[in-house]
Amino acid sequence: MAGNDIALMAHLMRRAGFGSSYEELEKRVAKGYEATVEELLHPEVQPDLEMDVMNRYMHGWRDMNGLMANQGYWTYRMVNSPRQLEEKMALFWHGIFCVGDSKCMRARQILLELNNFRAHGMGPFDKLLMYLSSDPAMLYYLDNQLSHKEAVNENWGRELLELFSMGVGMDGQPNYTEDDVQACAQAFTGWTIANAIPRYPYGSYENRFLYNRLDHIDEDKTFLGETGNFNGEDVVRIIAKQPATARFIARHLSNYFVSDEPQVPAWQHVAPLHPELIKELEDEYFRSGYELKAMLRVLFNSDAFKNSSFAKVKNPSEMVCGTLRVVGDFTEPKPRFYDPALEIKYMGQDLLNPPTVEGWHTGKEWIDSGTLVERVNFAAGEMGRVESPGIQAIIKRLSSEGTTISAEQLVDGCLEVLGCYQLSEDNHSLLLSHAQPAASLNTNSQEFALTVGQMLQLIVSTQEYQFN
Amino acid sequence: MTSTKKDPVLVVLQLSGGNDFLNTIVPYSNPLYYDNRPNIRIPEDQVMPINDKVGWNPNMAPFKKLFDDGKVAIIQGVGYPNPNLSHFRSMDIWHTCEPEKLADEGWVGRAIRDLDPNKSNVLTGVNFGRGLPRAMAAPGVPVASVGNLETYGVLTSIEVEQERTQALDIFSRMYSPAMGRGPVLEYLSQTGMDALAGADILATAPEKYSSSVEYGPSSMSQYMRNIAQVHMADLGTRFLYTTAPYNSFDTHATQMSAHANLCTNVAQTVSDFYDDLKQNNASDNVVLLVFTEFGRRVHDNGSGTDHGSGGAAFVIGDHVKGGFYGEYPSLESDKLLDGNLHWNNDFRGLYATLLEDWMGLDSKPLVNGSFEKMDFIAKA
Repeated sequence: MAGNDIALMAHLMRRAGFGSSYEELEKRVAKGYEATVEELLHPEVQPDLEMDVMNRYMHGWRDMNGLMANQGYWTYRMVNSPRQLEEKMALFWHGIFCVGDSKCMRARQILLELNNFRAHGMGPFDKLLMYLSSDPAMLYYLDNQLSHKEAVNENWGRELLELFSMGVGMDGQPNYTEDDVQACAQAFTGWTIANAIPRYPYGSYENRFLYNRLDHIDEDKTFLGETGNFNGEDVVRIIAKQPATARFIARHLSNYFVSDEPQVPAWQHVAPLHPELIKELEDEYFRSGYELKAMLRVLFNSDAFKNSSFAKVKNPSEMVCGTLRVVGDFTEPKPRFYDPALEIKYMGQDLLNPPTVEGWHTGKEWIDSGTLVERVNFAAGEMGRVESPGIQAIIKRLSSEGTTISAEQLVDGCLEVLGCYQLSEDNHSLLLSHAQPAASLNTNSQEFALTVGQMLQLIVSTQEYQFN
Repeated sequence: MTSTKKDPVLVVLQLSGGNDFLNTIVPYSNPLYYDNRPNIRIPEDQVMPINDKVGWNPNMAPFKKLFDDGKVAIIQGVGYPNPNLSHFRSMDIWHTCEPEKLADEGWVGRAIRDLDPNKSNVLTGVNFGRGLPRAMAAPGVPVASVGNLETYGVLTSIEVEQERTQALDIFSRMYSPAMGRGPVLEYLSQTGMDALAGADILATAPEKYSSSVEYGPSSMSQYMRNIAQVHMADLGTRFLYTTAPYNSFDTHATQMSAHANLCTNVAQTVSDFYDDLKQNNASDNVVLLVFTEFGRRVHDNGSGTDHGSGGAAFVIGDHVKGGFYGEYPSLESDKLLDGNLHWNNDFRGLYATLLEDWMGLDSKPLVNGSFEKMDFIAKA
């Protein structure tokens, strides 16, 4: 087997997507690493996910009004979309630009926002911020429809700076003042949503963005050192050129794709884990005209990224979708179709409904005694389904090594086909001694499939499988 | 603090979806009730009167009996400022005690941290149901979340018993503490051991349990039975929590039949639970809170009722002073809040009473402030 190349490709596909089967990894290695990065960065060269059959069976997917339908739909996309980075970026932005169904009660509206993340999530950041600023779900979530000329509501204005673009501070210094928050909120007065069309009797309609110039504060404001009669577009333009914005986006990318940073509120005072990479990403942000795609290209080709395998705790979507991509049968309608989406929720990531505007706490905070049980039980349950196409392919691959294989070949072969997982010496020898009693394993025997299934179950129960 | 011999225990039963207060404790002598409820009403002759103003829903006889025995405090018109009519948001507010801003720490999770700061018992808090309610979530607080007590555990997805035993043995050795693995891996290993320990201890509960009480088949009834099992197993568990199926109380349509079934189920389950504890001499240190995220719209919609405010909660137990607390919200149209019952006592005062007068904790940091307590816990 191709060793390092496969391991690196497995790492790339786990981070830039939700993992890949061994067969896909081999094909991608043949194409090359950089070519694969380019393919991921250009989702448009891949066909979009074929949805006709699904839409026919999943009638909740026609109007997308229910939270559950949306969660199920997204889970299906994450598992099956050939445009893996597009879905990964949608999840990235959803975890930062948080909008929650608990407040909006319009799952369809959040879906439209996600579609924007899919279409523009790798484009210029200022453009993305403009979509966000005029997104009805976001405006409602942060109360901007309640912000008026005579009574400014600062919720959106504040979070735009604090959570969506600059962050409170960096290198120990604050990035903006309370006056900037007020100016920002004033510039966005009049950015509201049109009156909703009543749901009955014709069903749900989308909300629309509305700019009400009569409710806009039409006077000079001073924002981040510049003075003028600013509107929302001006604020976005000024935000986009701040070094703090470059830093904030770079650090979020590093946190999501490279290794777990401390939680966001600590970023003002705690230096980034990969200062050199952050600097390169900041430079690329300005060089490329704020383009996420350009930053991602630098990131995926960096040594910091390539050397970071298994440095991140899998988020629940990665755990569930990554495992299902190995098993390979979550591809068409079947009973209990929404179970995987529920599993993601049980593991603490209620998609489209993050707990607060701050989003989910990530890294090791995904794990507690309740969620760890869910993770281990889910993954082990899936690996036990030895009749599924993905597990059958693994069995076939191991059998191709010969009519008998050694315990080592079994353990190391399973680790490799799952994506070149590496175990601590202790855990590795525990699995070896479990496999050892048989001096050699007959790959033609009926029990061989079960033996492989059991070994896979043990591997996905390890601490190491919790990492990406 | 009440001086019971054993440590006090709080059980929470969450009625998810918004229970219709007006058809639970029915204001049967008020003509405004019948004016507003042309369809979704309990006829006067079916109500089981408590006094000349209000009475029980006819499907709640077992609950009425507990009330008549003086064990039930009815908390009327409970809510919070600026009621929110979203299920999720309103439930979040009840869970986090933060009506103004979004928060992610729950009041029970914080209370568990207060009771057991060193995490000496991984089962101080136990939830029944898949996924943890936010009420029990707090960073670093171990809480077991049990989907099925009979089968709860690590690696239950391995069906063949012998294989599972082997796998568990390997799991426990893999997760055993080892030096030099780095903080995240060590944390993960410790969490795995906590989970395993919790599962092992919980597995003993059904074996220790015997009772002549037969609970109903609904998941709520079965989870309340599980709560009784864990409580009687003396595992040091102080908070036990469960939720009626997600949004089952959300009776926008066909409420008359649906709500009758719900009332029957809740009343019988609570009564069975109490009988079970009583029979086994285990009721003395238990208080049960039953709550819902909001009440329903005063005026019905023809087939059901829409989201409202000003709901009711119930507190049940040996040490509860039965009776009415708070006021029954007025049905006068000018006293309503956008067509909904106006809350008149803050749920955080209800929590404060339970946390301080029953659990013996300082409630202020747990419920985010000082709120007027109620006098429903009998001092020993």
